[in-house]
Amino acid sequence: MPLLIVLAIIVVIVVVVIGIYNGLIGRRNRVDEAFSQIDVQLKRRHDLIPNLVAAVKGYMSFEQDVLTKVTEARASAIAAGAQGPAAQSAAENQLTGALRSLFAVAENYPDLKANQNVLSLQEQLSTTENQISFARQHYNATVLDYNNGIQTFPAVLLAGMFGFAKREFFAAEPEAQAVPTVDLSLK
Amino acid sequence: MATATFYNQIAANRRNSVLLSLVVVLLLGALGFAIGGAAGGSVGYGAVAAAIALIVGFASALIAFYAGDAIVLASSGAKEVDANSAPQFFNVVQEMATAAGVPMPRVYIIDDTAPNAFATGRDPQHASVAITVGLLQKLDREELQGVMGHELSHVRNFDIRFSLMVGVLVGAVALISDMFLRMTFWGSVSGRRRRSSNSGESGGFAAIMMIIALVLAIVAPIAAKLVQLAVSRQREYLADASSVELTRNPYGLERALAKIALDTEPLEVANRATQHLYFENPVKAATAESSDMFSTHPPVLDRINRLRQLTGEAPVDSPSLVVVNDAPVVDAGLRGLEASTAGSDDPPSPPAPPDPPRPPEPPATPPGFTWQGWR
Repeated sequence: MPLLIVLAIIVVIVVVVIGIYNGLIGRRNRVDEAFSQIDVQLKRRHDLIPNLVAAVKGYMSFEQDVLTKVTEARASAIAAGAQGPAAQSAAENQLTGALRSLFAVAENYPDLKANQNVLSLQEQLSTTENQISFARQHYNATVLDYNNGIQTFPAVLLAGMFGFAKREFFAAEPEAQAVPTVDLSLK
Repeated sequence: MATATFYNQIAANRRNSVLLSLVVVLLLGALGFAIGGAAGGSVGYGAVAAAIALIVGFASALIAFYAGDAIVLASSGAKEVDANSAPQFFNVVQEMATAAGVPMPRVYIIDDTAPNAFATGRDPQHASVAITVGLLQKLDREELQGVMGHELSHVRNFDIRFSLMVGVLVGAVALISDMFLRMTFWGSVSGRRRRSSNSGESGGFAAIMMIIALVLAIVAPIAAKLVQLAVSRQREYLADASSVELTRNPYGLERALAKIALDTEPLEVANRATQHLYFENPVKAATAESSDMFSTHPPVLDRINRLRQLTGEAPVDSPSLVVVNDAPVVDAGLRGLEASTAGSDDPPSPPAPPDPPRPPEPPATPPGFTWQGWR
């Protein structure tokens, strides 16, 4: 009889451990999936920029430096993709800033704002900007869920044993706080 | 602190919804048991009938589960749009899908000038969202985001499946009650009871069950309906809270609700059977000011004030006090408004040309001018 009780307790413990382990795996996979979503959106932004530059070039011949800045920021953002998350996020923030300047300057060109092609590109880019921040927000939500999962009792007992490491949140871009400075004087 | 508030609201709403649906299942079981007990005169019959009642309930739930979304979309005359025919609307839905972490749903536009929207589909993999032309041309991008955040929260929280299930169970309760009342009226149940009343004990049981069954058959459908409505209202609050969680911007949704509240046009394609699906109660006449137990949606003012709580602003007494920006929609083309005219049945005048680009100041053109001809 005592043997049966011990056996039952062992079975219960094994089932609970399996449940916790699978739950943690599911959460960790969601974190990875959410992270890859950010990359998808960054890539989409990289693909849209050449079109945008081509579309506005004719109207903004005086603003070559703004356009060059955007093109350069895009190139370095693509290059930084291979250099790890920190470098990548710095380069992407640079690109975000360059794009903001471009759209702020574009406000000075009524013809440009009247162009359907530019309007729809602008919509595509602003949705991509939104998507990037929503993807980061979703990533942070999954990280919160995962970190809570591995740090709360009783899962915390198993998390260390099976090598579930804490994940970092996607920190808010410091540049996002600063308003980009734009020279509005027509040269 | 605001974050804690979302999660508290969501947790409380989930708890209430589970409790309420348990009540409906219990009602269905009790009703079946009482009817079986009355007809057969024993606990055994009661249990069998309870099982049958539950099976009927779940069988009809299954049909609604797999075909419900197609039926609703077809009956409201919704037309599917994509990234080319309605880019901005499509983009906003995609943003909210990303924020909610659900797959991109199918996107529809309904040719109706009343402002409303709904989501349907049994799970996030089979979800659809639809919006009326009336709402699409009324809202700015931020407000559209709030409304779509609300709809995608329904998707993410499995509200659609949940309300589908509760709705069908409520239908089953009504069906079984109705069958029983008719059977009693025509004597088939009481006949059985008289035959079995030879043995005094089971006759007594049957008599008691008969009374209980009669009372339940009359009360249960009403009670189940009230439960369903209460669940529906809970889910709306939850979706509002979740929408803010996704957009991190209560103002868009608040303004959207105010704009909708100030519009009095009833939705022609909605009816009593589909009204619980919508963003805002589409059947306004019957429930104009009612905040009571017989409404699928909480009163808009209450929803607005709950959103204002999240931002710590003072509640308002009327939706008209919420500051809204009434400028018309920028790009009908980007919204897919023209796309849906093309597919609509013969407009009296040819569809309006694409919008001229928007001037920086609020233009003099009245809102929705692209639509006058079609409407």
